[in-house]
Amino acid sequence: MTGQPFFRWDWTVDHLDDVWVQLLQHLQLTLWAVGIGLLIAFPMAVVAYRRRFLYGPFTWITGILYTIPSLALFAMLVPYTGLSFTTAEIGLVSYTLLILLRNTVAGFGGVPSDVKEAAIGMGYSPRQVLWRVELPLALPAIAAGVRIATVTTIGLVTVTALIGLGGLGHFILLGIERRFMTATVLGAVLSVVLAIVMDRLLIIAERAVAPWTRSKAAA
Amino acid sequence: MNANLLTDAIGWLFDPANQVGEGGIPIRVFEHVRISALSVGFALVPALGAGLAIGHLRRGEFLTVTAANVGRAIPSLAILGFAFYFVLDLTGRLGDWPTVITCAVLAVPPILTNAHVGIREVDPDLVEASRGMGMSGLQVLRIVEIPLAAPLILAGIRTSAVQVVATATLGAIVAGGGLGRYIVDGFAQNDYEMVLGGAILVALLAIVTELFFSAVEKLASPARARRPTSFAPAYQEVAQVGRDDVSG
Repeated sequence: MTGQPFFRWDWTVDHLDDVWVQLLQHLQLTLWAVGIGLLIAFPMAVVAYRRRFLYGPFTWITGILYTIPSLALFAMLVPYTGLSFTTAEIGLVSYTLLILLRNTVAGFGGVPSDVKEAAIGMGYSPRQVLWRVELPLALPAIAAGVRIATVTTIGLVTVTALIGLGGLGHFILLGIERRFMTATVLGAVLSVVLAIVMDRLLIIAERAVAPWTRSKAAA
Repeated sequence: MNANLLTDAIGWLFDPANQVGEGGIPIRVFEHVRISALSVGFALVPALGAGLAIGHLRRGEFLTVTAANVGRAIPSLAILGFAFYFVLDLTGRLGDWPTVITCAVLAVPPILTNAHVGIREVDPDLVEASRGMGMSGLQVLRIVEIPLAAPLILAGIRTSAVQVVATATLGAIVAGGGLGRYIVDGFAQNDYEMVLGGAILVALLAIVTELFFSAVEKLASPARARRPTSFAPAYQEVAQVGRDDVSG
């Protein structure tokens, strides 16, 4: 605006330390959220897959959580848990649940029934079927869910800057508050780059862990 | 802090002093709805047009996937930041336009994706039969494809609307109106009654929006297409999984 340069490299170079700190904070908030989200959503998905009548209520509950706007959710939690890491994580985790739950159940649903029957016929216990047959075959869908949840969370984490937790949103807000475009551009670009890099890394990780899956890189 | 805060916040919601004036609850709700409606309105024509065209012509399908991925990766706060500079540069003032622009941009991908997928999933035999009966391309789209795709198209609009109601809250950061004002001002003044009251209003408005559009969807769907009400939106996440990721 008004003759301000779109991006000032000198300012960025001067603040590299801060950039690094906020980037790590952003990553940390994201990884905890998706990790805890997976720990909650995976058992939910297994239960919902075994007891179909629970799938409706589960998606209903996680759907409501997903519907509540992030800023509102943080605002509701702050009086109780303060401007803390916990507040951010409760909000962020609750947004990952719907995505992870639906993808995991879809993954289990896609396992061919004859494969399961063959495993049972070979004497596999239900637990063995789950870990040795269903999970490996459902992995591409689960991994897709993890990727979507990660990319979505990276976007949401920018909002946590509003409750003083840092992350790349800190720069976006700084830019808005001081009408200093460089900071906004920096926060926005780094956030998108982080999302893309994490998406690629997860694809690579999925292939390393489960070479039998061929998840499309484009999606 | 304390358990009484929730009661205080509910008291705040019903406090007669908060019902009147420029910052009164009815005005803020109205502002919030107006911002949201304008945003979805602006997004509707291009997104629906492109989605229907892509689905019908079966060309340019990569556009939908790209829009969905880009929409997911770019934080709404970042779009708001750019819209803020854009509007400030153009008009010299702020108001609600940065918010409307941000929300309109975010509203595009779900509408686009669902319109595209809805039309694409129409039974090709039906389309062929309609052509055989002598319908033109536009007639096929209008008489056959759009009615059959209506549930998915409406689901896309519902997803967008809910997302827009949520994002419109952020507008208060750049001095816009709407219910986000209570949250942002409340934090600034350490008035947690106001913060919590505002948050409750925003959450309720998002849920009401979801339910409203679900009801519209039900009314507009052919009987056989009716599904049990689920709170979970039927949108790109699953559409993509179904198509690209489960098959592997």
